[in-house]
Amino acid sequence: MAVAHPLDKYLRTDRIPTMWCPGCGLGIVMGTLLRAVDRRIKEGSLKRENVGFAGGIGCTARMTLYPLFDSAHVIHGRAIPFALAVKIVKPEMKMIVVGGDGDLAAIGGNHILHAIRRNADLLVVMVNNMIYGMTGGQVAPTTPRGLYTTTTPYGNPEREMNMIKLTAALGANYVARGSITHPQLLEQYLYKALGKRGLAFVEVISTCPELFGRHIGFRSPVDLYMEIRKRIVIKAKPSIEESDYSWEKGFVIGEFVDRDEPGFTDTIYEYLNKIRGGGVQ
Amino acid sequence: MRVDYITGNTAIAEAAIVAGLKFYAGYPITPSSDIFEYLARELPKHGGHVIQFEDEIASINAVIGASWACAKAMTATSGPGFSLMLEAISLAVITETPLVIAYVMRTGPSTGVPTRAGQYDVLQATYGFHGGLVIPVLAASTPQEAYDLTVKAFNVSEMLRTPVVLLTDATIAHTYGKVIMRERGELEIIERIRPLTPPDKYKPYEPVKEHVPAMACFGDGYNVLVESLTHDERGYYAPRTDVQRKLMWRLYRKIVDSAPKLFDYSAIGLEGCDYAFISYGSTALSAQVAAKMLREKGYRVGTLKLRTLYPIYEDGIRKLVSSAKKVFVIENNVGLYYRELRAILRDKEVVSVPIIDLDLPQPQEIVEVVKQWL
Ligand SMILES: Cc1ncc(C[n+]2csc(CCOP(=O)(O)OP(=O)(O)O)c2C)c(N)n1
Ligand code: SF4
Repeated sequence: MAVAHPLDKYLRTDRIPTMWCPGCGLGIVMGTLLRAVDRRIKEGSLKRENVGFAGGIGCTARMTLYPLFDSAHVIHGRAIPFALAVKIVKPEMKMIVVGGDGDLAAIGGNHILHAIRRNADLLVVMVNNMIYGMTGGQVAPTTPRGLYTTTTPYGNPEREMNMIKLTAALGANYVARGSITHPQLLEQYLYKALGKRGLAFVEVISTCPELFGRHIGFRSPVDLYMEIRKRIVIKAKPSIEESDYSWEKGFVIGEFVDRDEPGFTDTIYEYLNKIRGGGVQ
Repeated sequence: MRVDYITGNTAIAEAAIVAGLKFYAGYPITPSSDIFEYLARELPKHGGHVIQFEDEIASINAVIGASWACAKAMTATSGPGFSLMLEAISLAVITETPLVIAYVMRTGPSTGVPTRAGQYDVLQATYGFHGGLVIPVLAASTPQEAYDLTVKAFNVSEMLRTPVVLLTDATIAHTYGKVIMRERGELEIIERIRPLTPPDKYKPYEPVKEHVPAMACFGDGYNVLVESLTHDERGYYAPRTDVQRKLMWRLYRKIVDSAPKLFDYSAIGLEGCDYAFISYGSTALSAQVAAKMLREKGYRVGTLKLRTLYPIYEDGIRKLVSSAKKVFVIENNVGLYYRELRAILRDKEVVSVPIIDLDLPQPQEIVEVVKQWL
């Protein structure tokens, strides 16, 4: 078979085309993520057989269906505990959790909270398409205030959930926000995140042209893409405060946190070794 | 082999270590917490991990993850916690993930009497999760049985690649008893089948032995797929009736067809009896005493204590109580497992003896209820 695409070696090509709607931002997220993984594998800082994916349920979580790696497509909101356990049992693994804003910030909110508190050694990629895609365009905790969704037909009365602030406050080692409109920057963040110990959180502003864009008046995927692109503000060293967003204010992208505290796995193995060595009784 | 006086909960923890437990995830809940605490102290000495998660949902999902990293994994809980785990048990069923849940029942519904016993959750233990299949449920009535059945629960989970529930209650949990603890080498320890094929030929859901597929784990280089969607043998989503049928029947058959192999019980005086008492768990102890009291009065009463509640071995149970004219199902709830037995013992009179008691039902009370029917 002729190699059609440089990333084919990382894909279950017999499952392509993906289930995503034409023009959906998720293809860009997956391509960017795999390029970042590829760079890590090529430079030798990551072994292919040690890369694992886990996702809950949602259009984003279906990203676990396509990469040719160990992969788990579990239940809505619960990919983090699954991935964390894999990592604890096999610390050589690099576990990547992918999920939508519903999957990770709503139903899975409790798990992300505690994964960060633990500084669990995971890369968590949360795609913020501002909507529940898979179930038909219902409001998400990240939906900008005022916008129409199918469950807020008079406009969303709720405040936007800022996951950057939350993850930074709880002590993640790395926190960045990228956008599918700026894939080179996003790849840089993901590449960097893959090299971190502890918890790395990357939020990706993405487009759901089908159930977000169309519902608020953008007729084509390109229209929505251009609109989002217009609202992206790139900052080299943004402050945490600047991560608050709204539809009017737009979305600041950049790296918000980059530190190097010991990760959960190192800590628990340190304890385990002490106990086995008789240091703790 | 060691002999000690220990509680049912300690017996479970000790047996789990012997069975090869390497990962325990849990959330504290009475009357199961001392399993957790005991393992937190002992398991790390055997190289295993014990972690308190943020809730039971995280705990069971972590147990599933650990099992997919090829660690033997378990959790322990009680009714409220088990209720939170149900969605993930369904995931473990469709992904054929070996794991053990020690379900230490307490009085319900809801918060009920957290420290006291009941058998209210016997049906929930196997029917609680969505998807209409069954998982094996083993029931212990003494610390010794708790020990032996914990080892068995791990073996069954590995052999059939399924979640297994080990059912006890608050009484067994905290009753001390003499336990003979057989060690590795003195016990049969079963491990899941690992793939013999190379990664490019491996299909994660292709049965290799009696409906059970071989299991590759994360990090083995097999590109495994853990898939909650209806999937074909490759693990690929396939929303088709033929695939759904094949998957459902295989998942169903692998459990139900192993009923004879999993069947575990003890019988006293069933041969030639006129009346049979069937019970399980702590209530079985009272039932045995009640039967003895009636035998002393001249009634031919036998007892069947079931240690395997699911899958139900219909022929086995029918044969054991074949001579009885009447069968009494004694349990500490409104009469739940009775429904199961009534359905399989159609040619007999089956009488429910539901006795709700925060402690063990008193044998005298059983005798009084039963006597009206003799
Ligand atoms: C327990 C449970 N509740 C509800 C659902 C239905 N459901 C599937 S995906 C989803 C949300 C999807 O939104 P998001 O996580 O933002 O992902 P997206 O599809 O937008 O990528 C919901 C509510 C489910 N699968 N499981
Ligand atoms: S519904 Fe939205 S998020 Fe889901 S695939 Fe379609 S465009 Fe993408």
